[in-house]
Amino acid sequence: MYVAVKGGERAIENAHRLLAHERRGDREVPELSLAQISGQLSLGVDRIMTEGSLYDRELAALALKQARGDMIEAIFLVRAFRATLPRFGASEPVDTGQMQVRRRISSTFKDIPGGQILGPTFDYTHRLLDPELAEGSKPEAPATAEASAATMPRVTDILGRDGLIEPSPQLDANSPVGDLTREPLSFPADRDLRLQNLARADEGFLLALGYSTQRGYGRSHPFAGEIRLGEVEVEFMAEDVGFAVPLGAVTLTECQMVNQFKGSATEAPCFTRGYGLAFGQSERKTMSMALVDRSLRARELGEEIVAPAQDEEFVMSHSDNVQATGFVEHLKLPHYVDFQSELGLLRKLRQEFSEATVEIPEPMQEAAE
Amino acid sequence: MTTVAELPAGFADKVLSAQTTFRSVMDAMARPGSVQRVIAESGAPASLMRGTAAIALTLFDHDTPVWLDPLLSETSDVAKWLKFHTSAPVISDSSISSFAVVGDARALPALDRFAFGSSEYPDRSTTVILQVESLTVGPAFELRGPGIDGTAVLRATLQPADLFERLAVNATLFPRGIDIVLVADDAVVAIPRTTRLVAKGD
Amino acid sequence: MNAPVYNFAYLDEQTKRMIRRAILKGIAIPGYQVPFASREMPMPYGWGTGGVQVTAAILGPDDVLKVIDQGSDDTTNAISIRKFFARTAGVATTTATADATVIQTRHRIPEAPLHGGQVLVYQVPIPEPLRFLEPRETETRRMHALGEYGLMHVKLYEDIARFGHIATSYAYPVKVNARYVMDPSPTPKFDNPKMDNCPALQLFGAGREKRIYAIPPYTSVVSLDFEDHPFTRYRFDAPCALCGAGDSYLDEIVTDDQGSRMFVCSDTDYCEGRQAEGHRGSESAAPHKERPHG
Repeated sequence: MYVAVKGGERAIENAHRLLAHERRGDREVPELSLAQISGQLSLGVDRIMTEGSLYDRELAALALKQARGDMIEAIFLVRAFRATLPRFGASEPVDTGQMQVRRRISSTFKDIPGGQILGPTFDYTHRLLDPELAEGSKPEAPATAEASAATMPRVTDILGRDGLIEPSPQLDANSPVGDLTREPLSFPADRDLRLQNLARADEGFLLALGYSTQRGYGRSHPFAGEIRLGEVEVEFMAEDVGFAVPLGAVTLTECQMVNQFKGSATEAPCFTRGYGLAFGQSERKTMSMALVDRSLRARELGEEIVAPAQDEEFVMSHSDNVQATGFVEHLKLPHYVDFQSELGLLRKLRQEFSEATVEIPEPMQEAAE
Repeated sequence: MTTVAELPAGFADKVLSAQTTFRSVMDAMARPGSVQRVIAESGAPASLMRGTAAIALTLFDHDTPVWLDPLLSETSDVAKWLKFHTSAPVISDSSISSFAVVGDARALPALDRFAFGSSEYPDRSTTVILQVESLTVGPAFELRGPGIDGTAVLRATLQPADLFERLAVNATLFPRGIDIVLVADDAVVAIPRTTRLVAKGD
Repeated sequence: MNAPVYNFAYLDEQTKRMIRRAILKGIAIPGYQVPFASREMPMPYGWGTGGVQVTAAILGPDDVLKVIDQGSDDTTNAISIRKFFARTAGVATTTATADATVIQTRHRIPEAPLHGGQVLVYQVPIPEPLRFLEPRETETRRMHALGEYGLMHVKLYEDIARFGHIATSYAYPVKVNARYVMDPSPTPKFDNPKMDNCPALQLFGAGREKRIYAIPPYTSVVSLDFEDHPFTRYRFDAPCALCGAGDSYLDEIVTDDQGSRMFVCSDTDYCEGRQAEGHRGSESAAPHKERPHG
């Protein structure tokens, strides 16, 4: 006798127990603390904060631990939590020109006011596995120097003074900044929504798209005008008191790409901008974002849309890894009934086919094998 | 001047009152012509009926610009109460309102003063909440359309007398159009844009 | 740390208001896909987040909830969603179709006729029926605005030219209230006729794609077809091996590696109900032999 499958509830509970057990790993080995994750796997935590759209190192570290190191799962956990938070309003725009800079490089000028600062970077490390890191490493204290009093103008501001780069669009106080987590997206989408989408977008997806623009699929001739990393103040305009109240500082990475000219009969040619911004130290993300941002400005700049990275509907509809992973992985769910419907149709079509076709001679069948 | 402390209260139990009120409105919208009741208790400014107040507390917020008719904007009571409890912006341009609340239905403006939505986004339309005298007693309106098994009869005393004639614009414009929610005290009847008047009797 | 605190039925009130407004618009414009700002839910996109958000926005403490996936109350995803609402909203749950006030479903419509006191909430993966013919939202939106559905008819007609039949067996497109072409979600086309003139309210939630749509009760829902190729339902031509039903949609069960198959009701509640009434099929337990027919 056949009995329909039961006991799913028990199976789910047991699966969760087993998952918790596997997550803990060997119990002889000390458990990871959130401080360890946040301090020692900090770039992973930065990525979770950026794509999770929530600046909270501790929660991001918890998410990474809970997700057993799976970045997209961790980002998902943070997003789901974020979705339940009440919203008090929008902060004042942060001023990256006032950033407390820890790293700053430009590939467009040999020297710039405030200088080039390498900061904590993998860039010139030789990628040799370091056995000393395996345990008990005691790195030297970092070198220090007097803090420079020099201002660090953004390279794009230097170009902008001579009109060599298009002016950065100014904030229109009457038009609120869009928020795709509050309003359903519709196309065409303005740059505020595109940048929000790219900031939350999967780093790997943006990396591949940005790369594709360099290889000719919507080439926009970029130069890394400036990449800077550091801390900026976040302020919130409190209506009650009538002035902006500081909320604290956040670590940001900003990338400003300087791209090929635009110009017309009436307008002098100038460089164009591509912009990337992310929480923490996220250089690959911000550089890729800046490339894709510039590509997505094709419509606005009157460029022919020929490549995937220029197609805002394609890019924005597929950039979100929480959405993408959900839908790809939903194929794990049962599809018995629709599959059964397809089977029924296929059997019918095959039967009609074989009834209509003369019998295939034996030798041919053998030859096909 | 009214202070916040003097404003009539909102829902005592925000979550469950909003839920039951929504279900009444949803059932009203899904079954045009049927009379649904709002059971949630709340305070309300004098010119707002119980049903209207509950619907406002359930559906309005800072994302829904609200237009008030001259009666309801006579004093600032209603606007202040709405702003405090729902944060909804009260606006003077009815053509961009998500909701219009009409306290004196005789003064219902021409429907084209409200948003009909666009062909691409017919949902971007104004929902008009109309306070009327009675939704149980009065002339009979025979209705048909989605949500109605055959025809439904609504007995109502309502203004403007030519409301359903005016709503004929919904047939012409569909899928653009105006959805109406009629309120009489705690009784709620919805006339979505798909509902058509078949006959009018006594 | 910001320890999480969750609201009744999980969603915050602002989100519920936004979804509720979208539901009302959906009911007012049958078959039209209302955009809504879908939230990240604590289950993955593609796993019923749209249905879960719709259910969370309508559910009250007096409701009785049934959740099915593939017609069954016992599939893991159905259990997971049912538990989520039992925990976050404290609602009563049931597996009996007739007792439920809200039924959330993935891929099936129950066999038992629905009644007026019920709301059927569908989980929808791709709400746009034209999406596989035209990937661009800007284009499909224009087609809906103009009621221009020629592309869909061309596709169905090409099927007939190539296969002799319309080669769509699930998510079979329908026209609602003679205006909007709508995706019924990936239900087998066997279920399509149940949507027409149904006494229950039908709500559809697509979380990842951020759309809500609705069919009010007693609304015309017509499966697209051609005069010379009318719409036909499909079910495997056999009675259910457990309850003997000859009118229910069947799951195919592979019973060994020799090609043996059996067919049983996909709607487990319907099947169990019939068995409780004494109906028996070929694979039923002992009572089958004691009763001469069933």
